Amino acid sequence: MNLSPTNAIEVQGLIKRYGDVLAVDGIDFAAPAGATLGLLGGNGAGKTTTIAMLLGLLLPTSGSIRVLGHDMLRDRFAALARMNFSSPYVSLPQRLTVRENLRVYGHLYNVRHTDARIAELAAELDLGVLLDRPAGQLSAGQKTRVALAKSLINRPELLLLDEPTASLDPDTGDLVRTWLERYRAETGCTILLASHNMAEVERLCSHVLMLKQGRVVDRGSPQDLLDRYGRDDLEEVFLDIARDRRSAGGPSVNQDAVPA
Amino acid sequence: MTGAPRRIWGLMYRHLALYRRSWPRLLELAYWPVLGMCIWGFTATFLTRRLGSGAAVTVSALLGGVLLWEVCLRSQMGVTISFLEELWSRNLGHVFVSPLRPWELVAALICMSMIRMLVGVAPAVALAWAFYAFNVFALGPVLVLFFANLMIMGWSVALAVVSMILRHGAGAEPLAWSVLFGLAPFSAVFYPVAVLPAAVRPIALALPSAHVFEGMRGILLDGAVQWYHLLWAFGLNGVWLGVATLLFARQFHQARVRGALLSIGE
Repeated sequence: MNLSPTNAIEVQGLIKRYGDVLAVDGIDFAAPAGATLGLLGGNGAGKTTTIAMLLGLLLPTSGSIRVLGHDMLRDRFAALARMNFSSPYVSLPQRLTVRENLRVYGHLYNVRHTDARIAELAAELDLGVLLDRPAGQLSAGQKTRVALAKSLINRPELLLLDEPTASLDPDTGDLVRTWLERYRAETGCTILLASHNMAEVERLCSHVLMLKQGRVVDRGSPQDLLDRYGRDDLEEVFLDIARDRRSAGGPSVNQDAVPA
Repeated sequence: MTGAPRRIWGLMYRHLALYRRSWPRLLELAYWPVLGMCIWGFTATFLTRRLGSGAAVTVSALLGGVLLWEVCLRSQMGVTISFLEELWSRNLGHVFVSPLRPWELVAALICMSMIRMLVGVAPAVALAWAFYAFNVFALGPVLVLFFANLMIMGWSVALAVVSMILRHGAGAEPLAWSVLFGLAPFSAVFYPVAVLPAAVRPIALALPSAHVFEGMRGILLDGAVQWYHLLWAFGLNGVWLGVATLLFARQFHQARVRGALLSIGE
């Protein structure tokens, strides 16, 4: 594993055990600053558990996590101020308007000129007409855009996204992906993305970690993985790994191919 | 405003915005204290008519007990209901991944509980003065110390309840409404501690509230401030608040070990 001050995330020997269940089994990885890292794996592979530990919501059984240079076990608040998170499985208060919700998080993240930042995000994410509507009255796509605005309120240097386009129609999904690409290009933000949408991962991610039963079973750039498995798309690679099948001349599990 | 005060204000703003948008919630704050005052006020009126002016002081102690108990109850519920609002809206995941420290969360909940308590109790105080000729401010400046002790006790109980919710999840929600009522018989709200059976008096005397109500009756019945009761109340509050804070810190840590902060509402 190549630890470097230019890595936004550095994870070493990360283990999470719930009683007899080993949810995360000794994973190591690093995300270079400015990269978009995809976490792929089936249900129960350990993606959400890993993200929860990166956010400090969950304490690892053992191992170390450094985020933006801060040890998440000792100094998580310094890192949390510089990062943000979005997931369709965590809501914003439904009775508050979009503007009120964004103001709350503007305060929590100590954002200067919060209202100006909200106006900026509203313009960029096409939220203008939604700002004074209660969050509970929005469609799934609108909620996703609002959640994205919340996750960008503090101009994060690291963005953790858990299935950011789940349940979105193709148009809204494309809009979100385009916006993420632009934000990363403009700010150099590091993005960690857990997704089941393989096309999305191919499009957005510079690096991919394949998780299975809490372990990293392969890693590389999307193109590396396609070449290694002799496949045309990541979905086939995903199925090869999930079903323990290998294509002709297929690879052995590769633990060291990606910035790790 | 920046740093911790701004983050505390951020969480308060979230709750204040909710009340601004929901008049039933605002009404509910004052509904129970006013209802309680109506019932006890009419009871007091009946007793005064039946027993004559000699019952007036006892009746004052009764109404004083009603009002001061509401201070404790609303302070406790102010913290726990505000915490539950976060849980019900499935917003805790966002709150706990923000830079808001756990002590700032507690500070915001306590500030909200003070606001909720004042909004809830003020109409009952006005009602008691306007319709039942009971002026709680007649207790004098020491009333502030009574209020402070009862609020602190309410927060201690609330922290213990929040800890149980962190430990047992949504299944522990009913404690938010019930646990303080379990302490009411020992708090000697309407009667002196001496009335209790000898075996349970130590329980009563371990509660700050019992000392506050003894102190209140001391003023209303004897016209004297019994400072030692206030000192006991402050001392016991220090102990119970310390215990509740340790319990909260422990359960918050354990919730991070178990991963309960994301799934707590389920």
